[in-house]
Amino acid sequence: MSHLEPIIEARGVAQSYAQPGGRQTDILAPTDLVIEPDKIVALLGSSGCGKSTLLRILSGLVAPSAGQVLWHGQPVDGHPPNVAIVFQSFALFPWLTVIENVEAPLRARGVGAFERHKRALRILDTVGLDGFETAYPKELSGGMKQRVGFARGLVVEPEVLFMDEPFSALDVLTAETLRGELLELWISRRIPTRAIFLVTHNIEEAIELADRILVLAHKPATIRDDFSVDLPQPRDHNSPRFLELVDHVYKVLTQPEEAHVLPAARPAGEPAPAAAEKHVAIPHARPGGIAGLIEIISDRGGADDLYHLAEDLVMDVEDLLPIVEASGLLGFAEVKEGDVRITPAGRSYAEGEIEQRKKLFRQAALERIPLLRQMQNALRAKSDHTLPAEFFRDVLEERFSTQEAARQLETAIEWGRYAEIFDYDSASERLQGIES
Amino acid sequence: MRVLTLERAGAARRPWTLLTDSVILAGGLATLYAVLGIGRNWLAPARPAAEITLAASALPLYAFYSLWRMALAYAASLLFALVYGWVAARNRAAERLLIPLLDILQSIPVLSFLPGVMVAMVALFPGREIGLELGSILLIFTGQVWNMAFSFYASLKGLPRELTEAATTYRFGAWQRFYQLELPAGAIGLVWNSMMSVAGGWFFLMACEMFQLGDRDFRLPGLGSYLQTAANAGDLPAIIRGLVAMIAVILLLDQLVWRPLIAWAEKFKFEQVESTQAPRSAVLAALRKSAALRWLRRRAFGPAWEELTLRFARREQGGAAKAANAWRPLVARGAGVAAVAVVLYGTLRAGHILMGLTGGELSLLAHGAGATFARVVAALAVGLLWTVPVGVTVGLRPRLAALVQPVAQVAASVPATALFPVLLLVLVRLGGGIGLAAILLMLLGTQWYLLFNVIAGAQAIPTDLLEAAKLFRINGWERWRLLILPGIFPYLLTGLVTAAGGAWNASIVAEYSRFQGRVLATTGLGAIISEATEAGDFSLLLASTVAMAVIVVTINRLLWKRMYGLAQTRFRLEA
Repeated sequence: MSHLEPIIEARGVAQSYAQPGGRQTDILAPTDLVIEPDKIVALLGSSGCGKSTLLRILSGLVAPSAGQVLWHGQPVDGHPPNVAIVFQSFALFPWLTVIENVEAPLRARGVGAFERHKRALRILDTVGLDGFETAYPKELSGGMKQRVGFARGLVVEPEVLFMDEPFSALDVLTAETLRGELLELWISRRIPTRAIFLVTHNIEEAIELADRILVLAHKPATIRDDFSVDLPQPRDHNSPRFLELVDHVYKVLTQPEEAHVLPAARPAGEPAPAAAEKHVAIPHARPGGIAGLIEIISDRGGADDLYHLAEDLVMDVEDLLPIVEASGLLGFAEVKEGDVRITPAGRSYAEGEIEQRKKLFRQAALERIPLLRQMQNALRAKSDHTLPAEFFRDVLEERFSTQEAARQLETAIEWGRYAEIFDYDSASERLQGIES
Repeated sequence: MRVLTLERAGAARRPWTLLTDSVILAGGLATLYAVLGIGRNWLAPARPAAEITLAASALPLYAFYSLWRMALAYAASLLFALVYGWVAARNRAAERLLIPLLDILQSIPVLSFLPGVMVAMVALFPGREIGLELGSILLIFTGQVWNMAFSFYASLKGLPRELTEAATTYRFGAWQRFYQLELPAGAIGLVWNSMMSVAGGWFFLMACEMFQLGDRDFRLPGLGSYLQTAANAGDLPAIIRGLVAMIAVILLLDQLVWRPLIAWAEKFKFEQVESTQAPRSAVLAALRKSAALRWLRRRAFGPAWEELTLRFARREQGGAAKAANAWRPLVARGAGVAAVAVVLYGTLRAGHILMGLTGGELSLLAHGAGATFARVVAALAVGLLWTVPVGVTVGLRPRLAALVQPVAQVAASVPATALFPVLLLVLVRLGGGIGLAAILLMLLGTQWYLLFNVIAGAQAIPTDLLEAAKLFRINGWERWRLLILPGIFPYLLTGLVTAAGGAWNASIVAEYSRFQGRVLATTGLGAIISEATEAGDFSLLLASTVAMAVIVVTINRLLWKRMYGLAQTRFRLEA
């Protein structure tokens, strides 16, 4: 497979914008990327990290500010590549009927009326929309609208089908159905496209669909990880390997500064090794968020499924995960096989009054989080119990990147203030130890 | 789906369809005849002072002439607005120039151009009627084009990004992009602004169908000249006939053109779900049922359109577009340089003329500006005094609003300039002066903007706030101070800006008038403009026009813009 000639090859593409003040904002750091035929490639990353920019560069919609995109070895600026994009907002023309929407790209290519109509009808039939030709988009449900989006993309028989968060505007059930249908069409070769490039922020979606996953992280965006998904289709969301991959991607996304090695696939049935890594970083969660999560789980009888929880809270799993991880770190909850379970310590935290809660949090934080303990010790060592925040930032920067160090410090200060380990004066940017 | 059921309903009612079809056919024939007739009339030798007869039998023809002028001016405005808006939205360099320019052009009192334009046009086509006709059309055009252009520009700028990206990815050429993306996206804004523009157009038409310049008397046959002649003669029955004809034309336009257009434009709304209270029009429904129109669409327009679009698309897919791109920046740059040169030259010449003004003339201008300013303020104050209580009362009662709004719309659509001669007639008989008449004319022309905006503002006050006020027994003045006035403030502001601009413009016809062989005038900037026009005093005309434009733009910038800022931060009601 890897011997096939790549369809798209990006060489050192980067994107940056000049700001009014003369400064430059980097959206995408120089990136190399190859898209080969017969594969679904998923580009994963948190919201606003530059995924969509990379998609627009690869599809020829936006010219990169540096680097080059090659189609079959030729630069794209001459002839527009034969691509299609399926958009998050569907991007259907509301004043055109379903069939007029699907015919529009053919019209642009100068295809005559008869041929145009025939091809549009055929593709509408493929995506399961026959009978809706004369409907207007506003008469359709979200799932149906996105089917029109797919039909409009596929009708031009694109070499690469680009999809920009195609399922995120749909409800969970509809999204799942559409994903299943897309996969079926792709596997049975009923859609005339040689490769699919999917942009998503949904980890599970990527692992369910893709043959290869690129993880994009941080500003400016860089590809942090690139691996093949070694699971046969259809994929079981609850299989150990699936969960292991979710876990791996999650770690790459949340701690992009550290090296994460994708564990090799093991024969089915063998248990995953216990996580032996030492926690040096604090997950970026607010104490209020932790308290909220513990309360909810406590109200639900002490345990709940992670994805179920995320759905009910209308949060993305990857937004919820730092809170879950923080709760685990503090010993208030633990995650087992996708379930979040409350611990006895968590139970007393949930039932405590505000002062009681702060005390429990303080104990747990000082006991389990080295950074907060270090900070307390450093403040105690000074006669006036005060130190500039700068001091800790310098210490942290030995372990983390500048940006990550700043975030670590920010989170540590939030936790420390809540736990009344120290006070923080944002005007002077100084920390003041509190002795109990 | 909807289309299918409509067509089936049409098939079931054959006789009705036949009637519609005959009407459409007759309409087509009449239009053809009219175009030929108008052409012959225009090329006829000029009759600068056409004899206006006051006979009732002449009215349909006069109404037709006026309507025809409006139609041509509107067509020109639409075309210009589309080009202007499109260029401003698509070209960043042009945008920086065109949008501030639009702001200024909108503030210039159009009526002060009346004499210059007319004289130039008559000179351009010596001895032919067409010069005068084109002059009046050009004036109406300048009065109505700017808001349409801005509306189209704003629609294009507001296009959702993913829609434009879809058009690019699917290789829409410029033509397909225009008719499948840009024009539909701008349609609703264009329809509403067209309605407003045409209403404003009547105002100017009435003024420019009949006027005097020095010893020359210009008259175009039409409703405006009919009304002015009738008022001059003091012929009350003729005045009433003329007004009835005018209102009938406006009502017909509303039913036959605007309502169907609004109902039709509904399909261009960016909405995710179908709205339940869509505007309807019986005329549009009848047109949709028409078998003749369907036949025309299937057999003639459809194939022709198909041929046209495919030809464009195939050319675009080939190399033609790219070749055009090579010289486009050069042409654009050349046009830009030429435009700057023309503007510079004009500014220099104008500056030279303005430098020649005497101290006496300057003090005259200052006095005039002060007097007109006072009149504008008075007209707005009187307008506010009645529209705010009435508008709020109506706006807070949905059933009353449903009754009042159509009536008010008809009343508002009667151009104030059509009423002015009548107003003068009455006031002169009662012994009132033109000073009072001028304020009344400004009021007539501008109060509707205030009323409609106050009604809209009152309707937009959230019901739960009204209920909360009731619950806490906030009544009387407190209720107004805490809830109603802040609630309608942003809307009132919009109404005031439009009304103030309109009042300044109206001063040109309001402060100076020839009536029954006499000149009635008062102190004011508008009167100076009119007098300078009659006397052919070009430098004073230029100075007074510039003064008015500067005053309007300055007030816009210093007062209204700041108040808008306040409205958007402090008095914003978010439901």
